Amino acid sequence: MSSMNIFDISGRAMAAQNIRLNTIASNLANVNALAGSKEEVYKPMLPVFETKTPMGQPLSGISTVDVVDIVRSTAEPEKRYAPGHPLADAEGFVFAPAIDRDQEMIDMIETSRQYQNNIEVLTTAKSLLLKTISVGK
Amino acid sequence: MGVIDQFLNGSATALSLRQKRLEILGSNIANAATPNFKARDIDFASAYKNATSGGDLVTTASNHIGFAGQGLEPSSLYRVPASPSLDGNTVELHIEQVQFAENATRYEATLQFLNGRIRTLRSALRGE
Repeated sequence: MSSMNIFDISGRAMAAQNIRLNTIASNLANVNALAGSKEEVYKPMLPVFETKTPMGQPLSGISTVDVVDIVRSTAEPEKRYAPGHPLADAEGFVFAPAIDRDQEMIDMIETSRQYQNNIEVLTTAKSLLLKTISVGK
Repeated sequence: MGVIDQFLNGSATALSLRQKRLEILGSNIANAATPNFKARDIDFASAYKNATSGGDLVTTASNHIGFAGQGLEPSSLYRVPASPSLDGNTVELHIEQVQFAENATRYEATLQFLNGRIRTLRSALRGE
């Protein structure tokens, strides 16, 4: 992007936080999705945030954030002994995804707060710009 | 520079620097969760001085060319965090929010000064 204004900055940051919220929701939704093997079990999704500066102006102090990738967690799935479970493997084990519920909840609150912060920035910038438009009237 | 330009220029420069600072602080808030992001800010007083005066160059003769200053592109500096975080991010949201609110208020104040000056000019023109 060659130039960036406050609407690009906060708008794209909100989009990034929204993607983060979606991955958290997916992780929490799959917290009890058991599977019969380590390979089949749900792997938690983690968004990768990266600072984006306007093209050719890396030092202007103006930047926004983009989700550049969503990686799958490599954490070891939880192995549970449940011989009666229909998905259990030959040894009687089922696998639960390696999702840390507390961590996801904390991330959810942080995401929501940061989304709100960006809205606040946008609202303030918008009202200032509207006042600037009517200068001299 | 015309007399009207001179009369309005101070407020216009301040307004445009405040706008720049609004964007920089907005960037800090946007990047509050980005690992290794370093918060930046501008020193308004020195940026304003650079934008309005000819910098430190003194012109002693009428045919000396003055230094144009940095214009409206202030150099941004890194903020020193009070408590650095593990992921290398130096944004401290409370500080950014306070600075943002302060900057927004000052922007509005500058806007009112500018409006006042325009009103003054108008009434002078009308001769009321």
